[in-house]
Amino acid sequence: MSAGLVILVVFLIASAGFYLGRSRIIRAAGGDIRKLHSRPNYYGLTVALFGAVPALLLTIFWLILQPVYIENQVSKQIEPGDIPEGGSLSLVMSDVRRIADGLDVAVADGVMTEDKIATLDTDLTDLRARLGEVGVAVASDIKPNVFGAATVYRELASGLRMAMAVVVIGVSLAGAAFAMLRIHPGYRARNVSERAIKALLILSSSVAILTTIGIISSLLFETLHFFKLYQARDFFFSMTWNPQFRGGSDLGILPLLWGTLYVSFVALVFAVPIGLLAAVYLSEYASKPVRAFAKPAIEILAGIPTIVYGLFALITVGPLLRDYFAQPLGLGNSSSSVLTAGVVMGIMLIPFVSSLSDDVINAVPQTMRDGSYGLGATKSETIKQVILPAALPGIVGAVLLAASRAIGETMIVVMGAGAAAKLSLNPFEAMTTITVKIVSQLTGDTEFASPETLVAFALGLSLFVVTLGLNVLALYIVRKYREQYE
Amino acid sequence: MYDTLTPENAVEQKEIKIDAENVQVFYGDTHAIKDVSVKIEDKTVTAFIGPSGCGKSTFLRCLNRMNDTIDICRVEGKILLDGEDIYDKQVDPVQLRAKVGMVFQKPNPFPKSIYDNIAYGPRIHGLARNKADLDEIVEKSLRRGAIWDEVKDRLDQPGTGLSGGQQQRLCIARAVATEPEVLLMDEPCSALDPIATAQVEELIDELRQDYSVVIVTHSMQQAARVSQKTAFFHLGNLVEFGETSQIFTNPVDPRTESYITGRIG
Repeated sequence: MSAGLVILVVFLIASAGFYLGRSRIIRAAGGDIRKLHSRPNYYGLTVALFGAVPALLLTIFWLILQPVYIENQVSKQIEPGDIPEGGSLSLVMSDVRRIADGLDVAVADGVMTEDKIATLDTDLTDLRARLGEVGVAVASDIKPNVFGAATVYRELASGLRMAMAVVVIGVSLAGAAFAMLRIHPGYRARNVSERAIKALLILSSSVAILTTIGIISSLLFETLHFFKLYQARDFFFSMTWNPQFRGGSDLGILPLLWGTLYVSFVALVFAVPIGLLAAVYLSEYASKPVRAFAKPAIEILAGIPTIVYGLFALITVGPLLRDYFAQPLGLGNSSSSVLTAGVVMGIMLIPFVSSLSDDVINAVPQTMRDGSYGLGATKSETIKQVILPAALPGIVGAVLLAASRAIGETMIVVMGAGAAAKLSLNPFEAMTTITVKIVSQLTGDTEFASPETLVAFALGLSLFVVTLGLNVLALYIVRKYREQYE
Repeated sequence: MYDTLTPENAVEQKEIKIDAENVQVFYGDTHAIKDVSVKIEDKTVTAFIGPSGCGKSTFLRCLNRMNDTIDICRVEGKILLDGEDIYDKQVDPVQLRAKVGMVFQKPNPFPKSIYDNIAYGPRIHGLARNKADLDEIVEKSLRRGAIWDEVKDRLDQPGTGLSGGQQQRLCIARAVATEPEVLLMDEPCSALDPIATAQVEELIDELRQDYSVVIVTHSMQQAARVSQKTAFFHLGNLVEFGETSQIFTNPVDPRTESYITGRIG
């Protein structure tokens, strides 16, 4: 019985428990549910919870511990002579697992039968070919001991699977029965089930938090590892980025940080005025039908995958800027440039700025506008002197969110900005960003433990710190703004 | 262009400041104001009373074309300010509103300093030639708003930080700063406590020296206290309009009497 099936059975028991518990308590109350402490559904839910939760927890632990136990038992079968030269026990064990799984597949496909496997001991040459037939590749010839280990593995696994099914279903039934006996009209079923629901809610919210902590700690761990191999001072203050595969690389973050900030700056210079003016038009001037069409139309921009923006940068914007600006002005002849990536990224950010700003402008109370009009102010005076100042904190928040988006953007800069790490002011020159270098450092063939690879984590953490700072600042400003009118 | 000279001694026979004739207001298909004609005198406080939804605020907003900002609203009839039709195509509502100021139900100070709140109107209308002028206007307006003593030491602090009553007096001072000829007040005391209400009422009485004040109120005592003329609205109709003392003591229309004595409304 597979784990999925066991879980399904547990759920069936739980739902049966729900209905049985509910009807039992209604009967116990003589049909008058006002005599009950809680509504009947809560009694049902209590029974279901007792049936499901301990059994599911047990399943989880079992599934975690079972492979560890099997591994332990099976590895005793392997003798030192079975481990090929230069290999390790873990490689042999993975062979064992693959053979065992292959046998399972073969049996399931009808290529082999259990009887045939039992008599196979003597003739192992054929087995490799047979397993190949069902799509399981085994690297070397199968040694008798390894095959024996695989057989033990299969036996243990199927035995334990069966045991798990029995134990888990037993626990589930016992839990449900226990709850069935415990419930009576005075039982505080609502409190019990609401506590369980609360635990579920806490669990869900902690998943996100724990994930964040996990991501940060994995970054942090690898970064510390990196700083053991490479001087932190050189990383933060060196002006050159020049990774070498043979070692002795210069891994200074400054050129990359400069590229990142330069591209983001260009993007914001492009996106903020356009987005803001669009927001003012949408919220203050546009008629209802125009707004109903234009707002979603602008937001479509936000739905375009960044790789498509990257293509746009590579094929259209880059050559355009090169042919009509960079070459005539004598500023360079590269179609990948800071300006290319910045402009395209700016286009991507327009909906961010305009949509968020539009929301905050709309949140400025109508009484504010009335007050200004009531004093004889024109529309533009009202917008410039009352509405925009009132919305300013929210707009700043929107811009900062757009900025952190720009700093973390990868695809557009990969295709638009080029790959040269340079400290230059010329916007028509190719530069590169932190994100691009993270990708290129991790996708190479270099050894994982080398500083050339580990630098990606240090870069990632630096980037994370920058965007986190911006996000915190943005949230702080937005929250401060909200307090004003409530 | 037209005569704005008002004789200082005209106590008995005051000039008509606003003359509304056969005004109809529609919100989409709803006929909100039905054939209202009213003559509002200069240097007088006129109160609009009536049950909720009777159209008194709507009518008030017609007097400085604030209803223009509502798309579905349509106004018919004639409203003359000093003999000029304010709904004439030649008239810019922006200029009109500089002459007909408005104070709203909820205090709505701008998110600026107290000083800038008051200086907002004078600045956009160019009433001050220099900083000293502006300072003077701000101080004068705040004094007229009976709030100068409370805020004179913190003019650079945000107007939103004041208490509700102070905010409303700030808004009145702000409206006064643009030197309007008529001041419209839409339930200016509904968000205020009795003490702040008393201060605002006192202020309204003072403003009568220079302005024509129109006030919408739900409080009949307030109407009786501050106004000289009262108009009673009911279901979009102007039921009765006359001297406040006469409306409250000897109403002509039975509906007015019912409302004042508390039987409808």
